[in-house]
Amino acid sequence: MSTAAAKALQPRAAHQRDLLRQMLAIRRFEDTCAELYSAGEIRGFVHLYIGEEAVAVGVSAALTADDSIVSTYRDHGHALARGLPLDSVMAEMYGKTTGCSRGRGGSMHLFDVSRRFYGGNAIVGGGLPLAVGIALADKLRGDSRVTACFFGDGAVAEGEFHECMNLAALWDLPVLFCCENNLYAMGTALVRAQAQTDLALRAGSYGMPAWPVDGMDVLAVEHAARSAVGAVRAGGGPHFLELRTYRFRAHSMYDPELYRDKSEVQEWKKRDPVALLAGRLRDSGECTDAEFQAMSDELTAEIDAAIAAARAAPVEPVADLTRFVYHPEPK
Amino acid sequence: MTGTEVTGTEVTSTEMVKTTYREAMRDAIREALQRDDRVFLMGEDVGRYGGCFAVSLGLLAEFGPERIRDTPLSESAFVGAGIGAALAGMRPIVEIMTVNFSLLALDQIMNNAATLLHMSGGQCNVPLVIRMTTGAGRQVAAQHSHSLEGWYAHIPGIRVLAPATLADARGMLWTALQDPDPVLIFEHGSLYNMPGTLPADAGAVDIRSAAVRRAGTDVSLITYGGTLGTTCAAADALAGDGIDAEVVDLRSLRPLDDETISGSVARTHRAVVVDEGWRTGSLAAEVCARLMEQAFWDLDAPAERVCGAEVPMPYPRHLEEAALPRAEAIVAAARRAVGGGLT
Repeated sequence: MSTAAAKALQPRAAHQRDLLRQMLAIRRFEDTCAELYSAGEIRGFVHLYIGEEAVAVGVSAALTADDSIVSTYRDHGHALARGLPLDSVMAEMYGKTTGCSRGRGGSMHLFDVSRRFYGGNAIVGGGLPLAVGIALADKLRGDSRVTACFFGDGAVAEGEFHECMNLAALWDLPVLFCCENNLYAMGTALVRAQAQTDLALRAGSYGMPAWPVDGMDVLAVEHAARSAVGAVRAGGGPHFLELRTYRFRAHSMYDPELYRDKSEVQEWKKRDPVALLAGRLRDSGECTDAEFQAMSDELTAEIDAAIAAARAAPVEPVADLTRFVYHPEPK
Repeated sequence: MTGTEVTGTEVTSTEMVKTTYREAMRDAIREALQRDDRVFLMGEDVGRYGGCFAVSLGLLAEFGPERIRDTPLSESAFVGAGIGAALAGMRPIVEIMTVNFSLLALDQIMNNAATLLHMSGGQCNVPLVIRMTTGAGRQVAAQHSHSLEGWYAHIPGIRVLAPATLADARGMLWTALQDPDPVLIFEHGSLYNMPGTLPADAGAVDIRSAAVRRAGTDVSLITYGGTLGTTCAAADALAGDGIDAEVVDLRSLRPLDDETISGSVARTHRAVVVDEGWRTGSLAAEVCARLMEQAFWDLDAPAERVCGAEVPMPYPRHLEEAALPRAEAIVAAARRAVGGGLT
């Protein structure tokens, strides 16, 4: 969307178009990643967020630049919604020094401490203690920051989840736990892995406010996140959102999806978060098909430019292999 | 440890005060809390109980529950929270009750503390200190007695320290807190009651170098932590036989101070490595491998190892004693090295 067009819109409509643009950016970025992966340009594990964009975008909209975020290995959406430059994320996929983690992390480990984005954590549940600790630091200093911690339904089966729910509630820490319930822990369906599938109920048992949210509707996510973030920031202790969503693509690029029916995927695609908001804005006349197409073209151009920059960017010299293991000895 | 040379400590006062290893460690924690608002202590029973080994006794009353923070029995969560707090600018000291329990937090130590700096391309600092009790000698059997510091020394990205003297118990913590990288401090459980004296103004010591605790010319006895006393006793016994042993205290298990280790062997031409950890894949194995790489032509005899027996620690006293490096075994190994070597 051009700046002039944004100014012409009502603030509410401009905001919603911005949400749409952010979701579309994640969608286009990841569609491109899948192509680049198939072409052998990027390697490693690549976990696509497609279908879940409303969660990252809706939650991020409720945070300030001073808040902190802890993410998972499915982190492209969280990173882009946080405002990490698209070209730094693309360069990270290519393992280049211009990547947001200097190419050392790859798809699963996007970091940008300047934006208080404390990284993609690829041990399921492993980010929760970090979020608790970041929030503890804020509380000890008297800062009014909130730490948003993303994790999936699979993490709820980990011991660390329960340890962290308890610790955050016990110490009244300013954490927003964002459970992205996409119904599968890799290939294991929620009902096959969890004795109690009402995840908000489980978090609630630790004495924190917890409720389910339609994770396909970015406006519902933003509304819930604003309410929860406000309460956390006001000293209300940790809150838990169970964001009910769905992964449209395979778990990773290696997954033949033997564990779910295509019809189930098709059902969920009817609630595609991008199409849902785009349809609303089309119906209200706030984003026409032509404007949507223009937005899409603009993003495609941005992504193409990011790919060109990433391809041209330097790789770390092998002589620097063991950098960033320890800080250099002071001279 | 009287009569041994303590290097790495700046002695600026002649006034000596009586203390113990436990009190020296407590004084170190107190000093850190006084000097830096970002420092806090967190762990199981560190507050009201006063610490499982009474290291933090009295600190709750002095500093309050925000800074002397009792945790639930959630090793992974509170170690990870220490990492998170360090990322966010604090200087946490996390106490884990024993090394066996630290395995419940191994994921956080290995996959986060040791790794975040690298996988973030140098962005994430984890200036965290984790203290834990290690080792056997108290008949507490197979889930409270092991020496796993050698495992931790395998991991790039962390520093591993083993204070074996009062000066190091008093002085390593502050230096570790100044380090931008995560530091693990292993306190051998048999040392807490060790009495002695320290200068009244004892303070920070370096955490990078090994120390020659006893100079000698015939054989280097290389050890660390809880077996330093046993090794010094062995050196005394060897002296009675006319064998002049040098005792090297590693102090830092990662990184190892190759220069001091190889330097000692260059003088004595014989090495016995003493390690309470299990022999296979032990820290002692690493030291021996480095001697092969760096001091092979200085050696007049094969390097010897005296390690813990490869058995989960049994409860009965006589079996526990048999499982641990004993002075007689060190003496025998040193005699083999001296007697069996080139002349």
